Amino acid sequence: MSEILVLVEHVEGQVKKVTLELLTLARKLGTPAAVWTGAGYSPEAQARLAEYGAEKIYVADSAEVSDYVVAPKAELLAHLVGERSPVAVLVAATAEAKEIAGRLAIKIDSGVLTDVVGIEEGLVADQSIFGGGINVRSRVTKGIPIVAVRPNATPVEAAAGAGTEERVTFTVSDAAKGARIVERVKEEKGARPELTEAAIVVSGGRGVGSAEKFSIIEELADSLGAAVGASRAATDAGWYPHQFQVGQTGKTVSPQLYIAAGISGAIQHRAGMQTAKTIVAINKDPEAPIFELADYGVVGDLHQIVPQLTEEVTKRK
Amino acid sequence: MNIVVCVKQVPDTATERKLRSDDNTLDRDAADGVINELCEYAVEEALRLKEAHGGEVTVLTMGPAKASDTIRKALAMGADKAVHLVDDALHGSDALGTSHALAQTLKKIGFDLVVLGSESTDARTGVLAAMLAERLGVPQLTFANQVQVDGGAISIQRVTDYGYDKVEASLPAVVSVVEKINEPRYPSFKGIMAAKKKPVEKLGVADAEIDASQVGLANSWSEVADFAVAPPRAAGTVVKDEGDGGVKAADFLASKKFV
Repeated sequence: MSEILVLVEHVEGQVKKVTLELLTLARKLGTPAAVWTGAGYSPEAQARLAEYGAEKIYVADSAEVSDYVVAPKAELLAHLVGERSPVAVLVAATAEAKEIAGRLAIKIDSGVLTDVVGIEEGLVADQSIFGGGINVRSRVTKGIPIVAVRPNATPVEAAAGAGTEERVTFTVSDAAKGARIVERVKEEKGARPELTEAAIVVSGGRGVGSAEKFSIIEELADSLGAAVGASRAATDAGWYPHQFQVGQTGKTVSPQLYIAAGISGAIQHRAGMQTAKTIVAINKDPEAPIFELADYGVVGDLHQIVPQLTEEVTKRK
Repeated sequence: MNIVVCVKQVPDTATERKLRSDDNTLDRDAADGVINELCEYAVEEALRLKEAHGGEVTVLTMGPAKASDTIRKALAMGADKAVHLVDDALHGSDALGTSHALAQTLKKIGFDLVVLGSESTDARTGVLAAMLAERLGVPQLTFANQVQVDGGAISIQRVTDYGYDKVEASLPAVVSVVEKINEPRYPSFKGIMAAKKKPVEKLGVADAEIDASQVGLANSWSEVADFAVAPPRAAGTVVKDEGDGGVKAADFLASKKFV
């Protein structure tokens, strides 16, 4: 079977869950071959990728691949596509990987599909558009399909592959070195899972009332091992950092469980979360539109209900 | 500094958005067209850069005749002039085709800096700025929450999952912005009146030297095979808090095996 290139997402060498999802998906389509970029490659990472089916692992961990914005990674993938003639290229539908996919599409004159939630036989891709309002089936009609798949869309399944490491000898062109990353600034986020990858997300909105009160949202999230999100009202008010915003102009999440506290559920917010499997809403306004999509809703003051829920969850663990 | 800000007209999120049953493309007549929200932040940033460094702001849009409303909005905010890429041959272009058409136009009109919103609310691909940088062969400075220009040098803060990256490059360059970057101004009455007199140049595929075989629905690199309206979520149980709302919610979570 022909290769499916899978661009690995990792945080300082730790392989992210979405990559295991992509490998699981790739196994149905061909022979998965992982592509590692950036520092942090280790025997543990190799073992992890092999465990989920990577037959080969192409490693390009030289600094020049990751020291510039996006372009070198697109160049690397174009190089591998030229050498390996894969059936398809899979990347995670993250902001950066979608940009890599976009540049790669131009380089190899191939179609790109973004925010895919499933891939069927014949590389037909399922997409959920307009905030989950319409389900679309699309396919690439020219070139080698490049598909950006949303995190949390594929159940992960282990199935061992050989995991043969192959170093990629590749020189980044000067043209791809236009935008240099001079510093990476990390903002505190604690030990919580990443928003788009988390199985459970607890979000707070206008009803939370202040930055200080977001601690009750964080405590509930921590009791459930969840990520914390926020509505735009909350991020605009400066109560919670912008990168945690869920919604049309923020992140799209599809967790197993989404708890919305003090969020009315405006269409802009729903666009970012209504594909969650189970939705729980807590809001003092019984007319809030969030209750229209909630599997379970509690009408009342979140400042009473959320801490009580945290206590109950902790007690029952 | 010659700044070109690319804007897009999108269907209003608050109205029902549809696809056309004849060719599976966006039904632009079904919903009110509005300026894409992140494009307003791009216009604002372009205006601020002009105010700080001098130069001119040109609005560039690709879209049907009715996209002229979106151009007027950007001009009313304070942009100097506009280019409207309008041609039936462009209908149904995917991101690759759109980036080709815009890149050709940008080459023709010239630029020191191209500014875009980081994604649109309709297609939400988030790839266009990167594609333009690729096609134009200039640095990609995308997902910026801060932009600084100093002579021929430009630096941004690129938003990441863990915080941000500081990125440096030289002009010319392509920048895309996130909403945290600024607070877009409202057009003043004077601005709205002045916008009516500002020049809007209309260009077609041939005028902009766009390769007709690279644009339009029939030449797209991908296609929508079919689509269906998603079944609405069924409303669930809603209870009123009687002092035990947290306990009840915990019972529900336990019933679904989350606890």
